[in-house]
Amino acid sequence: MTESIAKKQEDGRVERAGDRIAAEALAVYMRARRRSGAWVLTAQLLILFGSIGLWEIAGRHKWIDVLIFSYPSKVFGLLWENLLEGTLLPHVWVTVLETLCGFLLGTLCGTLLAAVIWWSPFLARVLDPFIVVLNSMPKVALGPIFIVAIGPGLGSIIATALAVTVIITTLVVYTSFKEVDANYVKVVRLFGGNRLTVFRRVILPASFPTIISTLKVNVGLSWVGVIVGEFLVAREGLGYLIIYGFQVFNFTLVISSLFVIALVATLMYQAVAYMEGKLSRRL
Amino acid sequence: MSYAVEVLNMTHVYVTEQGAMLAVEDIRLGVRPGEFVSLVGPSGCGKTTILSVIAGLIQPTSGSVRIQGQMLSGPSARVGYMLQQDYLFPWTTIWNNVMTGLEITRQVSDETTAYVRQLLQQMGLAGLEDRYPTQLSGGMRQRAALVRTLALKPDVLLLDEPFSALDYQTKLTLEELVLDTLRAGRKTAILVTHDLSEAIAMSDRVIVLGRNPGRIRREIEIPEPIRSAMPLEARELPDFHRLFRELWQELLETEGEDER
Repeated sequence: MTESIAKKQEDGRVERAGDRIAAEALAVYMRARRRSGAWVLTAQLLILFGSIGLWEIAGRHKWIDVLIFSYPSKVFGLLWENLLEGTLLPHVWVTVLETLCGFLLGTLCGTLLAAVIWWSPFLARVLDPFIVVLNSMPKVALGPIFIVAIGPGLGSIIATALAVTVIITTLVVYTSFKEVDANYVKVVRLFGGNRLTVFRRVILPASFPTIISTLKVNVGLSWVGVIVGEFLVAREGLGYLIIYGFQVFNFTLVISSLFVIALVATLMYQAVAYMEGKLSRRL
Repeated sequence: MSYAVEVLNMTHVYVTEQGAMLAVEDIRLGVRPGEFVSLVGPSGCGKTTILSVIAGLIQPTSGSVRIQGQMLSGPSARVGYMLQQDYLFPWTTIWNNVMTGLEITRQVSDETTAYVRQLLQQMGLAGLEDRYPTQLSGGMRQRAALVRTLALKPDVLLLDEPFSALDYQTKLTLEELVLDTLRAGRKTAILVTHDLSEAIAMSDRVIVLGRNPGRIRREIEIPEPIRSAMPLEARELPDFHRLFRELWQELLETEGEDER
């Protein structure tokens, strides 16, 4: 084929046969990917709408106890109603705020604690058994203590979320601090840098990706802390709606709150994951 | 005679929970200004320990080090150190990497910045300042690391197998570049290496170390014209192979003694 011989284009670039073959190979690959992607999406939608449909039918035909399991149209009806009445969003807002505070504070305090422990090997050895105990302990069990110490309300809910996240953050970040390649530290020490310089120039930036990824883990953990906290004390919030629905035996309310939690928690997780992507690209 | 680097009766012991390990014993070494000295020896002979002591990274258990007649008490800007790999910080740009030393020692000025730019130019890295280390080849990265070290204008350069992680071609090119730079700046250098031909091609003097504990076994002066030839030419000269065999024999005897 005479076409396959390199020819000069108008902008002066030379188009080679290899370039075209590469472009074709890429096109084939992308097409195959798109096709398999479409199949995955179809299967996912099928599962989603299939199960919701089945649930709806089962509910309407009284195959399941509607009082306990409700069914989708009732759940979405209630959600729509509450949304219009303006009684839903304040609950969502309170819970989101508590969760945000919980995981941001948890990550921040955990990182600070890790820095302190890294700074002083003596302190690291002293605190080691305490951290092991605290880490093994189910932190939500501390809820009642927070309530009497801080008072029933926002404070003790955030404290519960903080308790759930802070120790694990400390452990993960401290491990990351310790695992920084000693040769990077050597570079700074060779220039006469002290421990603070080493921390600022090497330890912290090298561990930054780890810190960001603990944010992602902490979003999930913080939700646990906040919902349990709300179970215990709240007068508002999604956890409160669940407990309230349970007490008055309104399971449509319970399920609709669960639905909102799933939605908001996913959104929050995606937002943090997006942020992580942005930040780590900058590194 | 005044030495650029002088190691005086230096002995170093590493102490751990497992016990005390005598790493090097009674090292006496004098390196003249502008001289290039290589340390060769089997692994575990304490080459890197000696280098770390001269760099001021570790305090020897006994004995001392003088740099240009002054007692050394810690890392000094007069001594530069090239590690086995570049160890450029991957989270920041080449520019920030090469400026690291100047920033830590608070020497950033128009003059020093201009000097760094000039070094980058010399090393063929101009225009790559905003790249990240992962975007550069191994040879470029090691050159950037060299700029980072040279930015502080050290009089003494310690080279801890800085070419060992590179492919052969890059290694030869970089050897030439380093030697050129050192000779132009009349800098003193101590190279630790496993590669005997590298030691002969680059050095004025090769020191053979024995192990258990590390001590100096023998010194070999590299004769002219190998001494002043550039590394690539030096490897072609007639006496090169004789020296290589001599060193090789010396190292074999070192190994032999261990087995007894």
